[in-house]
Amino acid sequence: MDAIPYTVKAREDTGLYNARLGIWLFLASEVMLFGALFATYVILRLGALHWPLGASLLSIPLGTFNTVVLISSSVTMVFAWVSLKEKNLGKYKMYMGFTIILAVLFIVVKLFLEYIPKFEHHLYPGKSTFWAIYFTLTGLHALHVLGGIGVNTYFWGPGANMWQSEPERFTNRIEIAGLYWHFVDLVWIFLFPILYLL
Amino acid sequence: MKDSKKYVGVGLALLLLTAMTVTVRRLHLGIALAIFIALLIATFKGSLVASFFMHLLSERKIIHILLLSTLFLFIVMMGLVLVGRLNVYEGLRHVP
Repeated sequence: MDAIPYTVKAREDTGLYNARLGIWLFLASEVMLFGALFATYVILRLGALHWPLGASLLSIPLGTFNTVVLISSSVTMVFAWVSLKEKNLGKYKMYMGFTIILAVLFIVVKLFLEYIPKFEHHLYPGKSTFWAIYFTLTGLHALHVLGGIGVNTYFWGPGANMWQSEPERFTNRIEIAGLYWHFVDLVWIFLFPILYLL
Repeated sequence: MKDSKKYVGVGLALLLLTAMTVTVRRLHLGIALAIFIALLIATFKGSLVASFFMHLLSERKIIHILLLSTLFLFIVMMGLVLVGRLNVYEGLRHVP
């Protein structure tokens, strides 16, 4: 049986290798998923008699810190890919390692400094409409971050063995993982002002 | 090397815009204007991420068509949400 086609070479009809078209289709579906939740937020906010100011309930310094963490992780992720383009696996491992550490830091802040203190004050999704949409949006986003940590850790560890046998295919895999990771960053760029500042 | 400088520049611009978003909140502009400015900055930040980190500027036409179709569907969805509100009786528009 032949190997999976078009993992490196571009298809004649699309001009792209298959995974690149695949990830963009996936990201388009993700836009609609988060888009539906943003629409829900708009409905809930417009329909509420009183809507609390996010800044009065959430910590802006923590939200800003996590924004800086995710933006920095996007920069290190793109440098991980650039390192492979320069055929430098050592540098790739360093940048990918930084990306994973920053992603873990994001989750640690979210869980231990935001979620758990709120649970201790009995602020659960059922407490009010604001908390329901806050936990739904940030929780779904955090699940995406966890997914990214899993994929990136695999490519940092055992998955990097592919570099020895198929370097171009491995570089493409990191490009795909990067596109996903930048999307996760992009979603947070919108979540932060909507939930924390307004 | 040239690309590396570009990525660092975009990263710094994103951090600067984040600082700007937080600062604008302190200006007490009124909720409507604050939402508009915050979303404007977020959209600009998002387009920087998509254009440079995700290489959308140099992406193939098929991807541009795919994303424009998605954007269209998103606008339709938001439009339906807002139009739907007009069909609700005034007394039922707001919930406690």
